[in-house]
Amino acid sequence: MKTGIAQIVAAVALLAAYPLVMSAFDNLFYVSFASRVLIYAIAATSLNLVLGYGGMISFGHAAFVGTGAYVASILVAEGVTSAWIGWPAAVALSALAALVIGAVSLRTRGVYFIMITLAFAQMMFYLVTSMKAYGGDEGLSLPARAELGFGLDLGNEVTFYYVVLALLLAALYALHRMNHARFGRAVVAIRENESRAEAIGLPVYRTKLACFVIAGAVGGLAGALLASHGKYVNPNVLHWIQSGTLMIMVIIGGVGRLWGGVIGAAVLLLLEHLIAEYPIGWLASLAPNYQQHAGLGVGLVLLAIVLFAPQGIAGLFSRRARAS
Amino acid sequence: MSSILILEQSLNGLQFGLMLFLLAAGLTLVFGIMDMINLAHGSLYMLGAFFAATLVQATGSFFLGVLLAIAATALAGMLLEVSLLRTLYQRDHLSQVLATFALILILNEAVRLVWGSDAALSMPAALSGPVELVPGLMYPSYRLVIIAVGLAVAVLLFLLVTKTRMGMLVRAGASNREMALAMGVNIRGLFTAVFGVGAALCALAGAMLGPLLAVQVGMGENILILAFVVIVIGGIGSIRGALVGSLVVGIVDTIGRAFLPLLFGAFLPPQFASAAGPAIASVSIYLLMAVVLYFRPQGLFPARG
Repeated sequence: MKTGIAQIVAAVALLAAYPLVMSAFDNLFYVSFASRVLIYAIAATSLNLVLGYGGMISFGHAAFVGTGAYVASILVAEGVTSAWIGWPAAVALSALAALVIGAVSLRTRGVYFIMITLAFAQMMFYLVTSMKAYGGDEGLSLPARAELGFGLDLGNEVTFYYVVLALLLAALYALHRMNHARFGRAVVAIRENESRAEAIGLPVYRTKLACFVIAGAVGGLAGALLASHGKYVNPNVLHWIQSGTLMIMVIIGGVGRLWGGVIGAAVLLLLEHLIAEYPIGWLASLAPNYQQHAGLGVGLVLLAIVLFAPQGIAGLFSRRARAS
Repeated sequence: MSSILILEQSLNGLQFGLMLFLLAAGLTLVFGIMDMINLAHGSLYMLGAFFAATLVQATGSFFLGVLLAIAATALAGMLLEVSLLRTLYQRDHLSQVLATFALILILNEAVRLVWGSDAALSMPAALSGPVELVPGLMYPSYRLVIIAVGLAVAVLLFLLVTKTRMGMLVRAGASNREMALAMGVNIRGLFTAVFGVGAALCALAGAMLGPLLAVQVGMGENILILAFVVIVIGGIGSIRGALVGSLVVGIVDTIGRAFLPLLFGAFLPPQFASAAGPAIASVSIYLLMAVVLYFRPQGLFPARG
């Protein structure tokens, strides 16, 4: 993790200048698109905490993102439009969901843990689908984004972008600090060797659960932002394909690396967007419908990364391989 | 609301449970022996159903078509194992999850390219009518055939695992892989064979369920998760656990969907019952899984020991 201060300042400056440039060109669509990327970056970063730092292969992270999205949306639909209530409520309930699911799932390990988190997420998916009062499988449309007050209008794409960016940077900073704190060291120690960590007196189960809950809470925040961003939520945010997509982001970006989630989210969403919007001439003449089969490309790329570059993109830039 | 309805739903549950068993049996052995998580198992189920749709039409015989589809899927499964999955055994679970997740995406699109989003597979005409099991209960004969096939395969598989040499090696591998290797078991070849059997069972389930459900891209994904629930409840690597788990999940799920809304309606105000009934019914098996895990984190019949 030897990213220099200069590089970080440059990255943040670029991210901060981006909406100003785009709105100068009157291109608000790409500001909105970037907000979506940043929201997914928060979600992927929260998953990276469990997956990369904690070494817990949670295949149900969409459950927490979805819980946050639904809590925030239902509050708005019921007339509670303040983000100061909606977002903390989303975070709190996602944390609660993570606490309950984690408390049961973390009693198991290995393959069991993967399948159980997956199954619980699918349970949440069916639960949400059966909530007919809030749209069932049709989803729930919102009249407007949540309200922040202080003269900040979240309906404005540029304002929304900066709010999301601030939250992402806060999450990254918290993750960075956690890495160098006792808790973060304990999480990594448990990943590396659970029995040894237990033998030196670390509270293994409690530390893992805390890590799982924090990740769930941050995932819930991403969900609340996602619902606000699209002014719409449907059960697909909890579908297991979504959990898989978040995992893909983490692995593409770099497992257990600070910027892994951000890079992965950006690369994957950008690729998807480019494939869907910009037909490549020679490829289209070769295979006319190739844009409808983007899954094939994503699958092949993912397979190649897993087989040949397990350190992800962040790993390619850093000469020092993660000790694992 | 009578004993007839309960009997009918129980038979439906049994039928669904047995088909789940076909999927779970292959999955649990793959997990048990190689400690490998294979998300693409559901894709083999889908592949089997699509093969069956084409081959039944090509041969004009349901029986022959399904048989050929089973052989074709077993072959595809073994090919997959030898070419790709074999390289993943030594990798960590995360790599296995991601690689097989990638396989799902690839196989989904490949099927979409070859067949389109769905295919037609109808049950043989001779089996499309109902039969009267007990006075007042007309039950579809095709579902009875599924139950019979499921039971027969379960018995065969049980005999294969408990009475044959291959079965003994499989059990040895599931119980302690290193020890089995040290005793000179050819785990590689064994595993290719097990994978082929698992794929064949997938194809059988896909072909039998095809006429009842729809043969479409993505059909394997939801049932895969149910199969996961089954083997988590039953205990990874245990055929007996898979059978018990499948029947429990199949029956609880079917009965829950049929009767919980009615049951809630009898006690609760209607607007609450109509919302809570389906919700509780759809999560009942997951709650069951949570309860089992709370008391038995290794499942009901742990194979490792």
